[in-house]
Amino acid sequence: MHQIQLGAIDYAILIVYFAFVLGIGWVLRRQVKSSEDFFQSGRSMPTWIAGLAFLSANLGAQEVIGMAASGAKYGIMTSHFYWVGAIPAMVFVGVFMMPFYYGSRARSVPEYLRLRFDEKTRGFNAITFALMTVLSSGISMYALAKLLELVLGWNFHTSVVLSAVIVLVYIFLGGLTSAIYNEVLQFFLIVLGFLPLVLLGLKDVGGWSGLTAKLETVSTGAGYSAGAMTHSWQHLGSASANPMGVEWFGMVMGLGFVLSFGYWCTDFLVIQRAMAAESMTAARRTPLFAAIPKMVFPALVILPGMIAIALHHSSGGLIPIGSDGLPNYNLAIPVLLAHYLPSGLLGLGLTALMASFMSGMAGNVTAFNTVWTYDIYQSYIRPGQSDKHYLRMGHTATVVGIFLSVLAAYATTRFNNIMDMLQLVFAFVNAPLFATFLLGMFWRRSTGHGAFFGLLIGTLAAAAHHGLTLPLGGMAGIKGGFLGTVVHTYPSEMAQNFWTAIVAWTCCFTATILISLLTRRTKSDEELTGLVHSLTPRIVETGLAWHQRPAALGVVVLGLTLVLNIIFW
Amino acid sequence: MKLDLRLPIGLMFTIFGVLLTGFGLVSDRAIYAQSLDINVNLWWGLVLMAFGLVMLGLARQGRQAPH
Repeated sequence: MHQIQLGAIDYAILIVYFAFVLGIGWVLRRQVKSSEDFFQSGRSMPTWIAGLAFLSANLGAQEVIGMAASGAKYGIMTSHFYWVGAIPAMVFVGVFMMPFYYGSRARSVPEYLRLRFDEKTRGFNAITFALMTVLSSGISMYALAKLLELVLGWNFHTSVVLSAVIVLVYIFLGGLTSAIYNEVLQFFLIVLGFLPLVLLGLKDVGGWSGLTAKLETVSTGAGYSAGAMTHSWQHLGSASANPMGVEWFGMVMGLGFVLSFGYWCTDFLVIQRAMAAESMTAARRTPLFAAIPKMVFPALVILPGMIAIALHHSSGGLIPIGSDGLPNYNLAIPVLLAHYLPSGLLGLGLTALMASFMSGMAGNVTAFNTVWTYDIYQSYIRPGQSDKHYLRMGHTATVVGIFLSVLAAYATTRFNNIMDMLQLVFAFVNAPLFATFLLGMFWRRSTGHGAFFGLLIGTLAAAAHHGLTLPLGGMAGIKGGFLGTVVHTYPSEMAQNFWTAIVAWTCCFTATILISLLTRRTKSDEELTGLVHSLTPRIVETGLAWHQRPAALGVVVLGLTLVLNIIFW
Repeated sequence: MKLDLRLPIGLMFTIFGVLLTGFGLVSDRAIYAQSLDINVNLWWGLVLMAFGLVMLGLARQGRQAPH
């Protein structure tokens, strides 16, 4: 594609945005007096701020670019990542799990694991999580810098350094509060920056009906039935009937249950935002509040991908062709930006892209510095120091975390395979996690040994499943099959991933139960109060109108999601 | 004294709105051929300005009636 030329107005918008993110950090710097202020925002956030940050921290550039790419590749079925793979888990964490996270006064998710189980379970989770955050922020930095190089001709190094320094400065100054405030600002920017693109695109293709008609040609051209790209459930009966190559059970159990609950209910990156809320009710409402915009996000990130592929086929080669002979789906959003937006709005759209990248990166960095300082440094390296000492360590960890991310970004340019492999390993570690938390929170008999070895077994099971299977047409290696024999071939990589997760979860769940029954409990009922459902007093909500109650909100959110599923059935 | 988040959000979008609306008024019509002949800078600038002003208004209201 030919490069986009930016005008003075576009740079002006970008500079105003930079000034505001840095300014927020600068103004907030005086509020940071203790490590609690720096790592937990002094637990003072109202629901709407925590909720939008909860959403925004997850909305990295990879999410925006990746979901648009999936929209172009698979059509409206991509919405399963929202309506099946996010909303139910967000409701569950708010209604059922937040009471234990927030109520236990744990400062992080790994710390909850120590309170509930033991030191080794916490250590395992803290170390893998810390590594993963640094790695993923590095990879997304790489992705953004590559994109800017391709689309704008910006220098790769300049993009990496500039974005790293800005995120560093605002977190260093204002800690989690600064990250959260900026995430909310970025949320509005992402919405208002991409919306004109969607509106223009829809108008151009003739609305939803025009888009449907165009996509019918695309989908029949690829050998699927006409509605395969515009219906989310109708073609899930068998894996060969839809472009994702997934059948409904793998979708619902793998994505909807294991992967989604594993991410939204246990990943400290998002949970940290809810734990910064001002009260228990606010903390529980945080993911529920976030679920409402999350529900309509497919219109903002998936629709552009669908519009791009429709135009690509109807008006001839809009999206550049990659080295594999297929359209380079990751360019769907940048291509549309260049196609529809003149100087001015173009600057706003690109700023929104930068904002999504920064919010994702800041989410990783703040989660990293907290887990590093509380769960690794304070626990294993230098316990018993003054609060000032840990606050200083928080600042240091922010610098080091960003530095490691930059290293990871450069490592990705050199050793793409190693990065893919590390991501795969982390996927194995993550897949069984939700089983551990579920049993920890709802079964008081589960023990520390059970949790730790259950997790280990689940992780190994994930690796074994991946090593024994392959996606259709895949070569043995990073795609699977590395254990020598291939016992099953899945119709697609996505189906393989979903089933890896299902196997990992089931093994971890069963192993944790068995080992717990064979080992002695080390925590008394008193110690587990506030950490386990049956030993925690029910929360009484008096004086709250129905729409302020988490459970009622949860029901409303689920109802609306069901309606969306039916509309796009 | 805590920073009211609505203030920077309101300010930033008001500035964006002013910039885009202003640019929309002075820019050459020809550049809007790609945006389906709609002066998107002007119209979307007004939307952003309205959003920014509403946020500023809420922040102001919040300051007058503290809790």
